[in-house]
Amino acid sequence: MGYSEDEFLLLSGLQHFAFCKRQWALIHIEQQWTENLHTVEGNFMHERAHDSSLTEFRDGILICRGIQVFSRELGITGACDVVEFHPSPDGVPIVGREGLWRPVPIEYKKGRPKEHDADALQLCAQAMCLEKMLVCTIPGGYLFYGETKRRQPVEFTPELRHTVTDMLNEMHMLYHRGYTPKVKPSKSCNACSLIETCLPKLCKNLSAVQYVNKHLKEEDL
Amino acid sequence: MRHLLNTLFVLTEDSYLTLEGENVVVLCESEVRARFPLHTLQAILYFGYKGASPALMGACASRGVTLSFLTSFGKFLAQACGKMQGNVLLRKQQYRLSDSEHDSCQIARHFIIGKVYNCRWILERATRDHAMRVDVARLKKNSLQMAEILSQLAPCSDLDTLRGLEGKAANFYFDVFDELILQNKEHFYFQNRSRRPPRDNVNALLSFAYTLLANDCAAALESVGLDSYVGFLHRDRPGRASLTLDLMEEFRGVYADRFVISLINNREILPKQFEQKENGAVWLNDEGRKAVLSAWQARKKATITHPFLNEKLPWGLVPYVQALLLSRYLRGDLDAYPPFFWK
Repeated sequence: MGYSEDEFLLLSGLQHFAFCKRQWALIHIEQQWTENLHTVEGNFMHERAHDSSLTEFRDGILICRGIQVFSRELGITGACDVVEFHPSPDGVPIVGREGLWRPVPIEYKKGRPKEHDADALQLCAQAMCLEKMLVCTIPGGYLFYGETKRRQPVEFTPELRHTVTDMLNEMHMLYHRGYTPKVKPSKSCNACSLIETCLPKLCKNLSAVQYVNKHLKEEDL
Repeated sequence: MRHLLNTLFVLTEDSYLTLEGENVVVLCESEVRARFPLHTLQAILYFGYKGASPALMGACASRGVTLSFLTSFGKFLAQACGKMQGNVLLRKQQYRLSDSEHDSCQIARHFIIGKVYNCRWILERATRDHAMRVDVARLKKNSLQMAEILSQLAPCSDLDTLRGLEGKAANFYFDVFDELILQNKEHFYFQNRSRRPPRDNVNALLSFAYTLLANDCAAALESVGLDSYVGFLHRDRPGRASLTLDLMEEFRGVYADRFVISLINNREILPKQFEQKENGAVWLNDEGRKAVLSAWQARKKATITHPFLNEKLPWGLVPYVQALLLSRYLRGDLDAYPPFFWK
Protein backbone atom coordinates (compact mmCIF):
# COMPACT_ATOMS: atom_id res chain seq x y z
CA MET A 1 0.00 0.00 0.00
CA GLY A 2 1.04 3.58 -0.55
CA TYR A 3 4.12 4.99 -2.20
CA SER A 4 7.55 3.44 -2.44
CA GLU A 5 10.48 5.31 -0.89
CA ASP A 6 11.63 6.19 -4.38
CA GLU A 7 8.50 8.21 -4.93
CA PHE A 8 8.65 10.15 -1.65
CA LEU A 9 8.41 13.91 -1.98
CA LEU A 10 9.92 16.40 0.43
CA LEU A 11 7.48 17.44 3.12
CA SER A 12 8.86 20.96 3.10
CA GLY A 13 7.57 21.23 -0.46
CA LEU A 14 4.01 21.55 0.88
CA GLN A 15 4.56 25.13 1.94
CA HIS A 16 6.16 25.95 -1.42
CA PHE A 17 3.17 24.36 -3.12
CA ALA A 18 0.68 26.24 -0.95
CA PHE A 19 2.52 29.51 -1.72
CA CYS A 20 2.77 28.82 -5.46
CA LYS A 21 2.47 25.58 -7.42
CA ARG A 22 4.96 26.85 -9.96
CA GLN A 23 7.53 27.71 -7.29
CA TRP A 24 7.24 24.19 -5.93
CA ALA A 25 7.71 22.68 -9.39
CA LEU A 26 10.73 24.88 -10.13
CA ILE A 27 12.43 23.77 -6.92
CA HIS A 28 11.41 20.14 -6.73
CA ILE A 29 11.01 19.13 -10.38
CA GLU A 30 13.35 21.49 -12.19
CA GLN A 31 15.86 21.58 -9.32
CA GLN A 32 16.34 25.29 -9.54
CA TRP A 33 17.06 27.12 -6.34
CA THR A 34 18.12 30.66 -5.73
CA GLU A 35 18.78 32.09 -2.31
CA ASN A 36 17.60 35.51 -1.31
CA LEU A 37 17.65 37.36 1.99
CA HIS A 38 14.51 35.59 3.24
CA THR A 39 15.80 32.11 2.49
CA VAL A 40 19.24 32.72 4.02
CA GLU A 41 17.70 34.09 7.22
CA GLY A 42 15.38 31.10 7.30
CA ASN A 43 18.36 28.76 7.03
CA PHE A 44 20.13 30.37 10.00
CA MET A 45 17.07 29.96 12.14
CA HIS A 46 16.57 26.34 11.16
CA GLU A 47 20.18 25.39 11.76
CA ARG A 48 19.50 25.82 15.45
CA ALA A 49 16.05 24.31 15.47
CA HIS A 50 17.30 21.26 13.55
CA ASP A 51 20.33 20.34 15.61
CA SER A 52 19.36 16.74 16.34
CA SER A 53 22.03 16.35 19.04
CA LEU A 54 20.02 18.70 21.22
CA THR A 55 17.60 16.34 22.91
CA GLU A 56 16.77 17.66 26.33
CA PHE A 57 14.43 17.35 29.28
CA ARG A 58 12.81 20.50 30.50
CA ASP A 59 10.08 20.58 33.16
CA GLY A 60 9.43 16.87 32.62
CA ILE A 61 8.93 17.42 28.90
CA LEU A 62 11.19 15.58 26.45
CA ILE A 63 12.26 17.92 23.63
CA CYS A 64 13.58 16.35 20.40
CA ARG A 65 14.95 18.33 17.46
CA GLY A 66 15.27 17.45 13.81
CA ILE A 67 13.33 14.17 13.99
CA GLN A 68 13.12 12.51 10.57
CA VAL A 69 9.55 11.60 9.67
CA PHE A 70 7.86 9.89 6.74
CA SER A 71 4.56 8.45 5.62
CA ARG A 72 4.10 5.72 3.02
CA GLU A 73 0.44 6.59 2.61
CA LEU A 74 1.15 10.25 1.84
CA GLY A 75 4.43 9.53 0.06
CA ILE A 76 6.45 12.18 1.89
CA THR A 77 9.54 12.46 4.02
CA GLY A 78 11.00 15.33 6.00
CA ALA A 79 12.00 16.52 9.42
CA CYS A 80 10.23 18.18 12.30
CA ASP A 81 11.96 21.20 13.82
CA VAL A 82 10.91 20.26 17.34
CA VAL A 83 8.69 17.56 18.78
CA GLU A 84 7.82 17.80 22.45
CA PHE A 85 6.80 14.63 24.23
CA HIS A 86 4.54 15.39 27.19
CA PRO A 87 4.05 12.70 29.86
CA SER A 88 0.40 11.77 29.70
CA PRO A 89 -1.79 8.78 30.58
CA ASP A 90 -3.41 8.89 27.11
CA GLY A 91 0.01 8.94 25.37
CA VAL A 92 2.02 6.19 23.69
CA PRO A 93 5.19 4.39 24.77
CA ILE A 94 8.43 5.40 23.04
CA VAL A 95 11.64 3.42 22.64
CA GLY A 96 14.14 3.82 25.50
CA ARG A 97 11.82 5.86 27.74
CA GLU A 98 9.54 4.75 30.49
CA GLY A 99 5.95 5.84 30.68
CA LEU A 100 3.48 7.15 28.16
CA TRP A 101 4.08 10.25 26.04
CA ARG A 102 1.94 12.56 23.96
CA PRO A 103 3.76 14.04 20.92
CA VAL A 104 3.31 17.76 20.11
CA PRO A 105 5.02 18.97 16.91
CA ILE A 106 6.33 22.55 16.73
CA GLU A 107 7.51 24.25 13.58
CA TYR A 108 9.77 27.32 13.70
CA LYS A 109 9.16 30.09 11.21
CA LYS A 110 11.02 33.28 10.60
CA GLY A 111 8.76 36.30 10.35
CA ARG A 112 5.18 36.52 11.54
CA PRO A 113 1.90 34.61 11.22
CA LYS A 114 0.67 34.79 7.62
CA GLU A 115 -2.74 35.00 6.05
CA HIS A 116 -2.35 31.85 4.00
CA ASP A 117 -2.23 28.51 5.80
CA ALA A 118 0.98 27.14 4.25
CA ASP A 119 2.70 26.89 7.63
CA ALA A 120 -0.25 25.09 9.23
CA LEU A 121 -0.39 22.64 6.32
CA GLN A 122 3.25 21.76 6.72
CA LEU A 123 2.85 21.25 10.46
CA CYS A 124 -0.24 19.13 9.92
CA ALA A 125 1.59 16.92 7.41
CA GLN A 126 4.37 16.42 9.97
CA ALA A 127 1.78 15.40 12.53
CA MET A 128 0.16 12.98 10.07
CA CYS A 129 3.57 11.34 9.56
CA LEU A 130 4.16 11.14 13.31
CA GLU A 131 0.73 9.57 13.79
CA LYS A 132 1.61 6.78 11.35
CA MET A 133 5.07 6.25 12.84
CA LEU A 134 3.95 6.24 16.47
CA VAL A 135 0.47 4.79 15.89
CA CYS A 136 -1.40 7.48 17.75
CA THR A 137 -3.60 10.50 17.19
CA ILE A 138 -2.21 14.02 17.39
CA PRO A 139 -4.92 16.65 17.81
CA GLY A 140 -2.73 19.75 17.52
CA GLY A 141 0.68 21.44 17.53
CA TYR A 142 2.27 24.89 17.48
CA LEU A 143 3.83 27.32 15.05
CA PHE A 144 6.57 29.48 16.57
CA TYR A 145 7.22 32.79 14.83
CA GLY A 146 10.64 34.42 15.10
CA GLU A 147 9.37 37.95 14.82
CA THR A 148 6.62 37.76 17.42
CA LYS A 149 8.48 35.20 19.57
CA ARG A 150 5.14 33.55 20.27
CA ARG A 151 3.81 30.10 19.60
CA GLN A 152 0.44 29.85 18.00
CA PRO A 153 -1.69 26.73 18.47
CA VAL A 154 -2.82 24.81 15.38
CA GLU A 155 -5.66 22.32 15.51
CA PHE A 156 -5.40 19.47 13.03
CA THR A 157 -9.02 19.54 11.87
CA PRO A 158 -10.45 17.08 9.34
CA GLU A 159 -10.57 19.97 6.81
CA LEU A 160 -6.87 20.74 7.26
CA ARG A 161 -6.02 17.06 6.90
CA HIS A 162 -8.10 16.83 3.72
CA THR A 163 -6.29 19.81 2.23
CA VAL A 164 -2.94 18.15 2.99
CA THR A 165 -4.03 14.92 1.31
CA ASP A 166 -5.47 16.66 -1.74
CA MET A 167 -2.40 18.80 -2.22
CA LEU A 168 -0.07 15.85 -1.92
CA ASN A 169 -2.10 13.94 -4.50
CA GLU A 170 -1.77 16.83 -6.92
CA MET A 171 1.97 17.16 -6.19
CA HIS A 172 2.53 13.47 -6.88
CA MET A 173 0.62 13.76 -10.14
CA LEU A 174 2.65 16.77 -11.35
CA TYR A 175 5.91 15.19 -10.23
CA HIS A 176 5.06 12.01 -12.09
CA ARG A 177 4.45 14.01 -15.28
CA GLY A 178 7.51 16.19 -14.66
CA TYR A 179 5.30 19.14 -15.40
CA THR A 180 5.79 22.75 -14.24
CA PRO A 181 2.35 24.42 -14.13
CA LYS A 182 1.72 28.00 -15.17
CA VAL A 183 0.38 30.21 -12.43
CA LYS A 184 -1.26 33.61 -12.44
CA PRO A 185 1.42 36.15 -11.50
CA SER A 186 0.62 38.09 -8.32
CA LYS A 187 2.08 40.52 -5.82
CA SER A 188 3.74 37.69 -3.97
CA CYS A 189 5.98 37.10 -7.01
CA ASN A 190 8.08 40.02 -5.80
CA ALA A 191 8.96 38.23 -2.58
CA CYS A 192 9.84 35.00 -4.36
CA SER A 193 13.53 34.13 -4.60
CA LEU A 194 12.88 32.32 -7.88
CA ILE A 195 11.39 35.27 -9.73
CA GLU A 196 14.20 35.42 -12.26
CA THR A 197 14.14 31.70 -12.92
CA CYS A 198 10.36 31.62 -13.17
CA LEU A 199 9.87 34.60 -15.49
CA PRO A 200 6.26 35.09 -14.30
CA LYS A 201 5.55 37.04 -17.48
CA LEU A 202 5.66 33.78 -19.40
CA CYS A 203 2.54 32.67 -17.53
CA LYS A 204 0.59 35.37 -19.33
CA ASN A 205 0.53 33.34 -22.54
CA LEU A 206 3.04 35.39 -24.45
CA SER A 207 3.30 33.94 -27.91
CA ALA A 208 6.82 33.65 -29.26
CA VAL A 209 5.44 32.77 -32.69
CA GLN A 210 3.55 36.07 -32.83
CA TYR A 211 6.61 37.92 -31.57
CA VAL A 212 8.80 36.47 -34.31
CA ASN A 213 6.18 37.09 -36.99
CA LYS A 214 5.77 40.67 -35.87
CA HIS A 215 9.49 41.30 -36.31
CA LEU A 216 9.58 39.55 -39.66
CA LYS A 217 6.65 41.61 -40.85
CA GLU A 218 8.53 44.85 -40.28
CA GLU A 219 10.94 43.48 -42.81
CA ASP A 220 8.38 43.46 -45.60
CA LEU A 221 9.54 46.57 -47.31
CA MET B 1 16.40 40.17 -12.80
CA ARG B 2 19.29 38.08 -11.63
CA HIS B 3 22.16 40.15 -10.28
CA LEU B 4 25.00 40.67 -12.71
CA LEU B 5 28.15 39.69 -10.88
CA ASN B 6 31.72 40.32 -11.85
CA THR B 7 34.05 38.27 -13.94
CA LEU B 8 37.60 38.06 -12.67
CA PHE B 9 40.14 38.00 -15.48
CA VAL B 10 43.58 36.76 -14.49
CA LEU B 11 46.07 37.81 -17.12
CA THR B 12 49.39 37.45 -15.32
CA GLU B 13 50.72 34.30 -16.95
CA ASP B 14 52.71 32.90 -14.02
CA SER B 15 50.08 33.54 -11.37
CA TYR B 16 48.49 30.74 -9.36
CA LEU B 17 44.99 30.81 -7.88
CA THR B 18 44.16 29.43 -4.45
CA LEU B 19 41.30 29.42 -1.99
CA GLU B 20 41.54 31.12 1.39
CA GLY B 21 38.34 30.95 3.39
CA GLU B 22 35.71 32.45 1.12
CA ASN B 23 38.24 34.30 -1.03
CA VAL B 24 40.07 33.56 -4.21
CA VAL B 25 43.71 34.58 -3.87
CA VAL B 26 46.04 35.38 -6.78
CA LEU B 27 49.61 34.34 -6.01
CA CYS B 28 52.72 35.41 -7.91
CA GLU B 29 55.96 33.78 -6.75
CA SER B 30 54.13 32.86 -3.51
CA GLU B 31 53.37 36.51 -2.96
CA VAL B 32 49.70 37.54 -2.62
CA ARG B 33 48.85 39.87 -5.47
CA ALA B 34 45.09 40.14 -5.05
CA ARG B 35 42.19 38.72 -3.10
CA PHE B 36 38.48 38.67 -4.02
CA PRO B 37 35.43 37.32 -2.15
CA LEU B 38 33.97 34.44 -4.18
CA HIS B 39 30.36 35.50 -3.64
CA THR B 40 30.90 38.64 -5.71
CA LEU B 41 32.05 36.65 -8.72
CA GLN B 42 30.13 34.98 -11.49
CA ALA B 43 33.11 33.68 -13.42
CA ILE B 44 36.87 33.51 -13.33
CA LEU B 45 38.75 33.49 -16.63
CA TYR B 46 42.31 32.43 -16.13
CA PHE B 47 44.77 33.13 -18.97
CA GLY B 48 48.01 31.41 -18.04
CA TYR B 49 49.69 28.10 -17.41
CA LYS B 50 50.19 27.54 -13.66
CA GLY B 51 46.53 26.97 -12.86
CA ALA B 52 44.50 26.80 -9.68
CA SER B 53 44.28 24.68 -6.55
CA PRO B 54 41.76 21.82 -6.44
CA ALA B 55 40.21 23.42 -3.36
CA LEU B 56 39.42 26.54 -5.37
CA MET B 57 38.03 24.48 -8.23
CA GLY B 58 35.71 22.71 -5.79
CA ALA B 59 34.60 25.94 -4.15
CA CYS B 60 33.88 27.51 -7.54
CA ALA B 61 31.92 24.48 -8.70
CA SER B 62 29.77 24.34 -5.59
CA ARG B 63 29.02 28.07 -5.62
CA GLY B 64 28.22 28.21 -9.32
CA VAL B 65 31.26 30.31 -10.25
CA THR B 66 32.51 29.23 -13.67
CA LEU B 67 36.27 28.81 -13.54
CA SER B 68 37.72 28.61 -17.05
CA PHE B 69 41.30 28.02 -18.08
CA LEU B 70 42.56 29.53 -21.30
CA THR B 71 45.97 29.83 -22.92
CA SER B 72 47.48 33.29 -22.72
CA PHE B 73 46.21 33.83 -26.29
CA GLY B 74 42.65 33.19 -25.18
CA LYS B 75 42.22 29.67 -26.53
CA PHE B 76 39.86 27.74 -24.30
CA LEU B 77 41.43 24.79 -22.46
CA ALA B 78 39.17 23.57 -19.69
CA GLN B 79 36.56 24.46 -17.13
CA ALA B 80 36.02 23.32 -13.55
CA CYS B 81 32.55 21.77 -13.45
CA GLY B 82 30.70 20.64 -10.38
CA LYS B 83 27.54 18.66 -10.03
CA MET B 84 25.35 19.04 -13.06
CA GLN B 85 22.73 21.72 -12.58
CA GLY B 86 19.07 21.37 -13.24
CA ASN B 87 16.96 18.47 -14.12
CA VAL B 88 17.46 15.37 -16.18
CA LEU B 89 13.96 15.61 -17.68
CA LEU B 90 14.85 18.91 -19.33
CA ARG B 91 18.07 17.52 -20.76
CA LYS B 92 16.31 14.43 -22.09
CA GLN B 93 13.79 16.64 -23.83
CA GLN B 94 16.71 18.59 -25.30
CA TYR B 95 18.23 15.33 -26.58
CA ARG B 96 14.90 14.13 -28.00
CA LEU B 97 14.35 17.32 -29.98
CA SER B 98 17.97 17.34 -31.06
CA ASP B 99 17.57 13.82 -32.46
CA SER B 100 14.78 14.98 -34.73
CA GLU B 101 15.82 17.04 -37.77
CA HIS B 102 12.35 18.51 -37.97
CA ASP B 103 12.17 19.65 -34.34
CA SER B 104 15.76 20.89 -34.44
CA CYS B 105 14.97 23.02 -37.45
CA GLN B 106 12.10 24.75 -35.60
CA ILE B 107 14.58 26.02 -33.03
CA ALA B 108 17.59 26.48 -35.33
CA ARG B 109 15.50 28.62 -37.68
CA HIS B 110 14.85 31.10 -34.89
CA PHE B 111 18.54 31.32 -33.97
CA ILE B 112 19.28 32.20 -37.58
CA ILE B 113 16.33 34.56 -38.00
CA GLY B 114 17.65 36.41 -34.95
CA LYS B 115 21.15 36.47 -36.37
CA VAL B 116 20.22 37.76 -39.83
CA TYR B 117 17.74 40.29 -38.43
CA ASN B 118 20.33 41.70 -36.01
CA CYS B 119 23.14 41.80 -38.57
CA ARG B 120 20.88 43.54 -41.05
CA TRP B 121 20.11 46.23 -38.49
CA ILE B 122 23.82 46.73 -37.81
CA LEU B 123 24.12 47.75 -41.47
CA GLU B 124 20.96 49.88 -41.31
CA ARG B 125 22.19 51.65 -38.18
CA ALA B 126 25.46 52.51 -39.89
CA THR B 127 23.63 54.13 -42.81
CA ARG B 128 21.64 56.20 -40.35
CA ASP B 129 24.40 57.14 -37.90
CA HIS B 130 27.24 57.68 -40.36
CA ALA B 131 25.55 58.61 -43.62
CA MET B 132 28.42 61.02 -44.40
CA ARG B 133 31.15 58.41 -43.91
CA VAL B 134 29.80 55.15 -45.31
CA ASP B 135 28.72 53.98 -48.74
CA VAL B 136 25.02 54.13 -48.00
CA ALA B 137 23.94 52.70 -51.33
CA ARG B 138 26.11 49.64 -50.91
CA LEU B 139 25.01 48.99 -47.33
CA LYS B 140 21.36 49.46 -48.24
CA LYS B 141 21.70 47.05 -51.14
CA ASN B 142 23.16 44.31 -48.96
CA SER B 143 20.70 44.98 -46.16
CA LEU B 144 17.87 44.54 -48.65
CA GLN B 145 19.33 41.21 -49.76
CA MET B 146 19.38 40.13 -46.13
CA ALA B 147 15.73 41.15 -45.72
CA GLU B 148 14.97 38.95 -48.71
CA ILE B 149 16.76 36.03 -47.01
CA LEU B 150 14.76 36.66 -43.84
CA SER B 151 11.52 36.13 -45.72
CA GLN B 152 12.89 32.83 -47.07
CA LEU B 153 13.98 31.76 -43.57
CA ALA B 154 10.49 32.02 -42.11
CA PRO B 155 9.03 28.97 -43.91
CA CYS B 156 12.32 27.03 -44.01
CA SER B 157 11.91 23.54 -42.58
CA ASP B 158 15.13 21.67 -43.29
CA LEU B 159 18.52 22.26 -41.79
CA ASP B 160 20.54 22.16 -45.00
CA THR B 161 18.47 24.90 -46.65
CA LEU B 162 18.75 26.84 -43.40
CA ARG B 163 22.54 26.60 -43.43
CA GLY B 164 22.60 27.64 -47.07
CA LEU B 165 20.54 30.76 -46.37
CA GLU B 166 22.62 31.57 -43.31
CA GLY B 167 25.79 31.35 -45.41
CA LYS B 168 24.34 33.67 -48.04
CA ALA B 169 23.31 36.22 -45.43
CA ALA B 170 26.77 36.06 -43.82
CA ASN B 171 28.37 36.78 -47.20
CA PHE B 172 26.23 39.89 -47.70
CA TYR B 173 27.07 41.03 -44.19
CA PHE B 174 30.83 40.46 -44.23
CA ASP B 175 30.97 41.84 -47.78
CA VAL B 176 30.36 45.34 -46.35
CA PHE B 177 31.77 44.81 -42.86
CA ASP B 178 34.84 46.91 -43.69
CA GLU B 179 32.52 49.90 -44.26
CA LEU B 180 31.75 49.94 -40.55
CA ILE B 181 35.36 50.62 -39.59
CA LEU B 182 35.83 54.39 -39.46
CA GLN B 183 39.12 54.97 -37.67
CA ASN B 184 42.75 53.95 -38.14
CA LYS B 185 41.85 52.41 -41.48
CA GLU B 186 45.47 51.65 -42.40
CA HIS B 187 45.71 49.27 -39.44
CA PHE B 188 42.14 48.10 -39.12
CA TYR B 189 40.57 46.74 -42.26
CA PHE B 190 38.48 43.70 -43.05
CA GLN B 191 38.82 41.60 -46.18
CA ASN B 192 37.47 38.28 -45.07
CA ARG B 193 37.21 36.18 -41.99
CA SER B 194 40.37 34.26 -41.03
CA ARG B 195 40.22 32.15 -37.91
CA ARG B 196 42.96 29.54 -37.80
CA PRO B 197 44.90 31.66 -37.18
CA PRO B 198 43.54 35.21 -37.42
CA ARG B 199 45.75 37.01 -39.93
CA ASP B 200 44.97 40.68 -39.30
CA ASN B 201 44.09 42.97 -36.41
CA VAL B 202 40.34 42.90 -36.96
CA ASN B 203 40.21 39.11 -37.19
CA ALA B 204 42.32 38.85 -34.02
CA LEU B 205 39.80 41.06 -32.23
CA LEU B 206 36.81 39.16 -33.62
CA SER B 207 38.25 35.82 -32.56
CA PHE B 208 38.96 37.07 -29.08
CA ALA B 209 35.46 38.58 -28.72
CA TYR B 210 33.86 35.32 -29.92
CA THR B 211 35.84 33.40 -27.29
CA LEU B 212 34.54 35.69 -24.56
CA LEU B 213 30.99 35.43 -25.91
CA ALA B 214 31.23 31.63 -26.10
CA ASN B 215 32.26 31.54 -22.47
CA ASP B 216 29.30 33.67 -21.42
CA CYS B 217 26.86 31.62 -23.51
CA ALA B 218 28.14 28.27 -22.24
CA ALA B 219 27.86 29.45 -18.64
CA ALA B 220 24.32 30.71 -19.28
CA LEU B 221 23.20 27.39 -20.80
CA GLU B 222 24.74 25.26 -18.07
CA SER B 223 23.25 27.43 -15.34
CA VAL B 224 19.69 26.82 -16.57
CA GLY B 225 20.39 23.08 -16.74
CA LEU B 226 20.91 22.61 -20.48
CA ASP B 227 23.71 20.57 -22.03
CA SER B 228 25.88 23.02 -23.95
CA TYR B 229 27.25 20.20 -26.13
CA VAL B 230 23.94 19.10 -27.64
CA GLY B 231 22.82 21.52 -30.32
CA PHE B 232 20.06 21.94 -32.88
CA LEU B 233 21.66 23.85 -35.74
CA HIS B 234 25.15 22.58 -35.00
CA ARG B 235 25.00 18.80 -34.98
CA ASP B 236 26.86 16.52 -32.60
CA ARG B 237 30.58 16.39 -32.96
CA PRO B 238 32.79 15.14 -30.12
CA GLY B 239 34.29 18.02 -28.20
CA ARG B 240 32.16 20.68 -29.84
CA ALA B 241 29.88 22.78 -27.65
CA SER B 242 27.15 22.78 -30.30
CA LEU B 243 24.40 24.43 -28.27
CA THR B 244 26.81 27.19 -27.24
CA LEU B 245 27.50 27.81 -30.92
CA ASP B 246 23.76 27.78 -31.63
CA LEU B 247 22.99 30.34 -28.95
CA MET B 248 25.91 32.50 -30.08
CA GLU B 249 24.45 32.95 -33.55
CA GLU B 250 22.02 35.69 -32.66
CA PHE B 251 24.69 37.49 -30.59
CA ARG B 252 27.73 37.34 -32.86
CA GLY B 253 26.83 40.48 -34.77
CA VAL B 254 24.98 42.47 -32.20
CA TYR B 255 27.15 41.63 -29.21
CA ALA B 256 30.64 40.72 -30.43
CA ASP B 257 31.02 42.45 -33.83
CA ARG B 258 29.53 45.72 -32.65
CA PHE B 259 31.79 45.55 -29.62
CA VAL B 260 34.86 45.13 -31.83
CA ILE B 261 33.78 47.94 -34.16
CA SER B 262 33.24 50.37 -31.31
CA LEU B 263 36.63 49.47 -29.78
CA ILE B 264 38.26 50.48 -33.04
CA ASN B 265 36.08 53.49 -33.81
CA ASN B 266 36.44 54.89 -30.29
CA ARG B 267 40.19 54.25 -30.41
CA GLU B 268 39.99 52.07 -27.33
CA ILE B 269 42.28 49.61 -29.07
CA LEU B 270 45.44 50.67 -30.90
CA PRO B 271 47.72 49.09 -33.51
CA LYS B 272 50.57 48.76 -31.00
CA GLN B 273 48.41 46.40 -28.92
CA PHE B 274 48.83 43.59 -31.47
CA GLU B 275 51.74 41.42 -32.38
CA GLN B 276 52.43 39.40 -35.49
CA LYS B 277 53.97 35.93 -35.37
CA GLU B 278 56.30 34.33 -37.90
CA ASN B 279 53.46 32.30 -39.39
CA GLY B 280 51.44 35.42 -40.16
CA ALA B 281 49.14 34.97 -37.19
CA VAL B 282 48.09 38.15 -35.41
CA TRP B 283 47.33 38.20 -31.70
CA LEU B 284 46.53 40.79 -29.08
CA ASN B 285 49.43 41.42 -26.73
CA ASP B 286 49.03 41.70 -22.93
CA GLU B 287 48.14 45.35 -23.05
CA GLY B 288 45.64 44.75 -25.85
CA ARG B 289 43.92 41.90 -24.01
CA LYS B 290 43.61 44.05 -20.90
CA ALA B 291 42.01 46.85 -22.90
CA VAL B 292 39.55 44.47 -24.55
CA LEU B 293 38.59 42.74 -21.32
CA SER B 294 37.91 45.90 -19.37
CA ALA B 295 35.79 47.21 -22.24
CA TRP B 296 33.94 43.87 -22.36
CA GLN B 297 33.12 44.16 -18.66
CA ALA B 298 31.89 47.71 -19.14
CA ARG B 299 29.73 46.70 -22.10
CA LYS B 300 28.09 43.95 -20.05
CA LYS B 301 26.87 46.54 -17.56
CA ALA B 302 25.16 48.74 -20.14
CA THR B 303 21.36 48.49 -19.99
CA ILE B 304 18.95 47.49 -22.74
CA THR B 305 15.28 46.59 -22.87
CA HIS B 306 14.62 42.96 -23.65
CA PRO B 307 12.36 42.93 -26.71
CA PHE B 308 10.33 39.86 -25.73
CA LEU B 309 10.01 40.32 -21.97
CA ASN B 310 9.91 44.11 -22.16
CA GLU B 311 12.15 44.34 -19.15
CA LYS B 312 15.24 46.44 -18.63
CA LEU B 313 18.37 44.44 -17.96
CA PRO B 314 22.13 44.68 -18.39
CA TRP B 315 23.58 43.36 -21.66
CA GLY B 316 25.58 40.82 -19.69
CA LEU B 317 22.39 39.01 -18.68
CA VAL B 318 20.96 38.72 -22.18
CA PRO B 319 22.63 35.35 -22.94
CA TYR B 320 21.31 34.05 -19.61
CA VAL B 321 17.76 35.22 -20.36
CA GLN B 322 17.90 33.65 -23.84
CA ALA B 323 19.12 30.36 -22.33
CA LEU B 324 16.25 30.53 -19.87
CA LEU B 325 13.73 31.21 -22.65
CA LEU B 326 15.13 28.26 -24.59
CA SER B 327 14.67 25.99 -21.59
CA ARG B 328 11.14 27.33 -21.15
CA TYR B 329 10.37 26.45 -24.76
CA LEU B 330 11.76 22.94 -24.28
CA ARG B 331 9.57 22.59 -21.19
CA GLY B 332 6.45 23.68 -23.02
CA ASP B 333 5.96 27.10 -21.40
CA LEU B 334 6.33 28.81 -24.78
CA ASP B 335 5.06 28.05 -28.27
CA ALA B 336 8.47 28.75 -29.86
CA TYR B 337 11.95 29.95 -29.02
CA PRO B 338 11.89 33.78 -29.08
CA PRO B 339 15.22 35.04 -30.44
CA PHE B 340 16.74 38.29 -29.23
CA PHE B 341 15.90 41.00 -31.76
CA TRP B 342 18.01 44.14 -31.79
CA LYS B 343 17.46 47.32 -33.72
